[in-house]
Amino acid sequence: MITIEGLQKSFGSLEVIKNVDLEIGQGKVVVIIGPSGSGKSTLLRCLNVLETPNAGKILIDGKQLDFNKSVSKKSISTFRRLTGMVFQSYNLFPHLTATGNVTEGLKTVKGVSKEDAQHKADQLLDKVGLTAHKDKYPYQLSGGQQQRVAIARALAMDPKVMLFDEPTSALDPELVNEVLHVMKDLAHEGMTMAVVTHEMKFAREVADEVIFIDGGVIVERGAPSQIFTNPQHERTKKFFSLLQ
Amino acid sequence: MKTVRYKRSPKNGSVMMYLNSIALSPERIQRLQEIASTSIGPLIEGAIKFTIPLAIIAFIIGLTIAIFTALARISSSKVLRGIARVYVSIIRGTPLLVQLFIIFYGLPTIGIVIDPFPSAVIGFSLNVGAYASEIIRAAILSIPKGQWEAAYSIGMNYSQALRKIVLPQAARVSVPPLSNSFIGLVKDTSLAATILVAETFRRAQEIASMNYEFLFVYTMAALVYWVICFILSIIQGRVEKRLDRSVGKGGIS
Ligand SMILES: Nc1ncnc2c1ncn2[C@@H]1O[C@H](COP(=O)(O)OP(=O)(O)OP(=O)(O)O)[C@@H](O)[C@H]1O
Ligand SMILES: [Mg+2]
Repeated sequence: MITIEGLQKSFGSLEVIKNVDLEIGQGKVVVIIGPSGSGKSTLLRCLNVLETPNAGKILIDGKQLDFNKSVSKKSISTFRRLTGMVFQSYNLFPHLTATGNVTEGLKTVKGVSKEDAQHKADQLLDKVGLTAHKDKYPYQLSGGQQQRVAIARALAMDPKVMLFDEPTSALDPELVNEVLHVMKDLAHEGMTMAVVTHEMKFAREVADEVIFIDGGVIVERGAPSQIFTNPQHERTKKFFSLLQ
Repeated sequence: MKTVRYKRSPKNGSVMMYLNSIALSPERIQRLQEIASTSIGPLIEGAIKFTIPLAIIAFIIGLTIAIFTALARISSSKVLRGIARVYVSIIRGTPLLVQLFIIFYGLPTIGIVIDPFPSAVIGFSLNVGAYASEIIRAAILSIPKGQWEAAYSIGMNYSQALRKIVLPQAARVSVPPLSNSFIGLVKDTSLAATILVAETFRRAQEIASMNYEFLFVYTMAALVYWVICFILSIIQGRVEKRLDRSVGKGGIS
């Protein structure tokens, strides 16, 4: 589903992603862990092209962007529609209701009619358990509810891959599970997902593969059972010991 | 008050005349009533035909200029940024009265003759465009980067993100300062009197020059402006309340 080759991203002289190769198979859930500043967010943002990589190729669902050549703005926004992004801070549109947040992209980007967009929003908000709140504005919703609207908003565009950047880190502990629950359901439905998270329990239960990234390189990768119980690299061991 | 002044300069003839002139004898009251009833019509006519249309037209054109100027100022193009900067700097760095004189009295010397009202529309629009562009620019910049990113992440391009996500939020932020600008503009339109637009203040000047009741007539003109601005500030309050309700206080996070 996703193939990344030789991905490289620098901010000025700071090299944040160093020649990363990665593939994620259809329907697989990959959890990305690593210390703060290791480049986890930057990696996800490169997949969504919110950051333009300096070099490398990204192939998603048979469509490729080659950053070794120059890429047009148009091809970037087309490519972006292959992925849905969920942010740590939700980033809901505050001037739109829950329904409006979900329908806006459908209407503006895909040119879907108002009725069809509405219908799709109803389905998606039902899926994330927010039918009762569909006419509320973001400020009227709890963090967990807002994040679920954000997931519905991303799903509305029918992405091939969902990217989650610490989706529960900004939430009060009692609201974390309602969001993880929605993500688990998505995984079980066969959505391909890349998730940056500190929720190790979620990683154990849902991930097909865990990737440990440090200093912009993939240090270690493997099944959760293997990474968590028997990490091979010193840096991975140290990371887990610090988590404890 | 009267006695104090009188005692201070009892022999001063001009003060005596002044005191006589403000003494409200029954005849004078009647005269002022007549002036009031004959001049209120022209004053209000000046407001309805010129002051209000001038303010509204200039504000609409000015806002359009302001949006494009604001976008130019935050664009990645150095040339656009430069042009917008120079425009804003010139308009903000020179008196509005001088701008109006250049357009109406200055341009004819190079063969460009524009009627009073269109001249005023041009002058005030350019003025609103420059000042409001700063308000709109600040409002756009106040929208968190995450909003742009969320819009991009669902596949919007720059102009879609701008029109559907950023500008609607920026508009809410800029309603209070922009409505203040509009009220300021209504008052500033009195400067159009100097380029022969027959608006409220020019009517007042004409009436007063005939009957010499400067204090009375100009006060009447002031009242006309005050009533307009009072109504506008009530509307402003209502609009702001509505906006607060629809996004919630602090709803833009
Ligand atoms: N826009 C930017 N400009 C400059 N430097 C940046 C930018 N974004 C990220 N960085 C730097 O890149 C490095 C990696 O950042 P990134 O956000 O990807 O880390 P992270 O692994 O997601 O960390 P965290 O766990 O704290 O979210 C950091 O050193 C950060 O300071
Ligand atoms: Mg991060």
